[in-house]
Amino acid sequence: MEKIKVLTLADVAAGTKAQVLRVSGSGPVPKRLMEMGIVPGVWIRVVKSAPFGDPIEVRLRGYSLAMRRNEAESIEVTE
Amino acid sequence: MSFDTRENTPGTVPANGHSASKPGARPLLIAIAGNPNAGKTTLFNALTGLRQKVANYPGVTVERKEGNWKFDPERPAARLIDLPGLYSLDATSLDERLAREVLTGRLPGLPKPDLIIAVVDATNLERNLYLVTQLIEYNIPVVIALTMVDLAEKRDLKIDVEKLSSMLRIPVVRVKTRERTGLNEITEAVRDVILGEKEADPFWIGDAGNGAGAHSDEIHLSLSDDEAANRQIFARYKFISDVYQASVGTFDTERANFSEKIDKILTHRFFGLLILIAILLLVFQTIFTWAALPMDLLDQGFGALGESVRGSMPEGILTDLVVDGIIAGVGGVLVFLPQILLLFLFISILEDTGYMARAAFLLDKLMSRVGLHGKAFLPLMSSFACAIPGIMATRTIENKRDRLATILIAPFMSCSARLPVYALMIAAFFAGQTVFGFISVGAVLMLAMYSLGIAVAIAVAFVLKKTILKSPPPPFVMELPPYRIPNLRTVIQNMLTRAWLFLKRAGTVILAISIILWALMYFPRSEVPAGDEGGAARIQLENSYAGRLGQAIEPAISPLGYDWKIGVAIIASFAAREVLVSTLSIIYNVGEEENEESPTLIGAIRGAHYADGSKVWTPLTALSLMVFFVLAMQCMSTLAVVRRETNSWGWPVFMFVYMTVIAYVAALATYQGGKLLGFS
Repeated sequence: MEKIKVLTLADVAAGTKAQVLRVSGSGPVPKRLMEMGIVPGVWIRVVKSAPFGDPIEVRLRGYSLAMRRNEAESIEVTE
Repeated sequence: MSFDTRENTPGTVPANGHSASKPGARPLLIAIAGNPNAGKTTLFNALTGLRQKVANYPGVTVERKEGNWKFDPERPAARLIDLPGLYSLDATSLDERLAREVLTGRLPGLPKPDLIIAVVDATNLERNLYLVTQLIEYNIPVVIALTMVDLAEKRDLKIDVEKLSSMLRIPVVRVKTRERTGLNEITEAVRDVILGEKEADPFWIGDAGNGAGAHSDEIHLSLSDDEAANRQIFARYKFISDVYQASVGTFDTERANFSEKIDKILTHRFFGLLILIAILLLVFQTIFTWAALPMDLLDQGFGALGESVRGSMPEGILTDLVVDGIIAGVGGVLVFLPQILLLFLFISILEDTGYMARAAFLLDKLMSRVGLHGKAFLPLMSSFACAIPGIMATRTIENKRDRLATILIAPFMSCSARLPVYALMIAAFFAGQTVFGFISVGAVLMLAMYSLGIAVAIAVAFVLKKTILKSPPPPFVMELPPYRIPNLRTVIQNMLTRAWLFLKRAGTVILAISIILWALMYFPRSEVPAGDEGGAARIQLENSYAGRLGQAIEPAISPLGYDWKIGVAIIASFAAREVLVSTLSIIYNVGEEENEESPTLIGAIRGAHYADGSKVWTPLTALSLMVFFVLAMQCMSTLAVVRRETNSWGWPVFMFVYMTVIAYVAALATYQGGKLLGFS
């Protein structure tokens, strides 16, 4: 079985798509990310990062979401 | 009327709620719930028209919008409440907790709603349905208003409404609020449920049903560990995927993404920032220029009103109170209304188009360095005009601590009321001087004062966020809504609502403080010595309570380089900073109609001497006073607004104390430091 390469959403280059494996951590922020539709299996495209490198804009389920790199690091994905 | 606010598992108890309210018993209560940007407010406005009022939920500053909706000619109008924009009902944010309390009927004075209108954005169906999967569990009939259908159709996104309705087991109605179509259909759907006494048909997705209604009780969070809660979210999205598959089919959501094209420029690394700066400059420039004329007119209007009242009332305390206390005091604050109206007009447009979220996106990194949210930027910029609208604009910041930190530093931005003070000091002591032979000292000082305010604000924000407002770096998970043309009705209604809040809220407290300040300067009454009628105002002020207070605090302010007369002026300028100029005019007996460029006032200040013959005012005194005015909380209206916005006296008192302490220390350091360095 081919081993899948796990990285975080913060590592995904702008313009690239990735599939969510899980949101790590606990508390209100990971929960909010999941409630916004970032659940295992969903595809996310990183659109761009803001002028100072942070936050980043991603697109999923037909809408755009901005989050800090900090938050993106808790989202495990595979390309 | 008693309502069982506990949730019931389906089938255990016949549906309660709406069927308990017989016609005429009380007006029906209908709640509108939906994601932010789903078109909730537009629908609310379309249904209620102008029959609406805005209040705060008890004890918090979340706005509660309520209106009357005549949904049936035969029945009394229903109370329609517009819940705050929600992504979820899991009670992690204040808005969500309130919405839950409304939906469970726990809020005092508000029964459990008889019906929920769920506003669902057709162009963003999946995420919008997440909230719906929670709403259907509250044992309240739900009707879905599917908005933005026209936009969805433009993108060739076709939604099978019947399928959607049958899978969710609730009526779904297409609404195009912009063209005002679908309003009759939504009315009919609501009437069907209410008149047909249709029961709620709640069902649970995933594990929620097993916990015997655990989902609608606050213990839910403590009952379930993270893993169970996560599984619950996954189950909901799984259900939504099924619904989406059945009612929409496969649709490429990436198609025709108009907003992303616009954002190629508007959130561009370089041009994005340039455009943001240009937009802000345009906004503030417009606020200053457009507001100038109505502000002058209001100012003159209140002056004329005062004169005519004085002319038509008998001379005496009552007339003086009305004219000098109430009309002058409240009028002095009301002249800011045009600025506030315009600022909120622009904020409303920027928010409704979707640009505000982009501005926060662009600037978040800068703001987060001092622990603030990207959205704090606009309130702080607005505060350069006036802290009052700035503080009111912090409402867009959801996190309470971030919002408080922004409110607490907003008054450090040099507002327009400080300009006359700076102008007077510069004209009196630094006029005509230059550095390097060509840069005027006045311009340098002006820039220095603005910079000082900003620097102290940054430092204070940093300290606050490390101490009393300590919180993890504010999470920044923010939707970038699609760009839309703002709805004129909504924009205007927003603006008028804010203006009314300002009038009503600030009005009461400001009225009280105006009267107190007036009384401090009016009592006790002094006898005017014969032949010195010209000095009447000065003598009155000297001997008044305010005058005595000024003399009493002289020992405290003399290390800053101030005599008691400056002390009186500082006390009086608590009404509004620019009052310093008129108070100095009175106290130096140069007539009331002096302004900051008046040669006689400047001459009087320059010529003032202490008993030992030394000058009261030196350039160093002026500098010290300017520094004091940059930093001190010399504005009762701001405090009144902070009281209203934070719902407590604690924060305005804290604000007044810490700002005054910082101002005192900074002015002391300026004066004493300057003397040590050999300046005078």
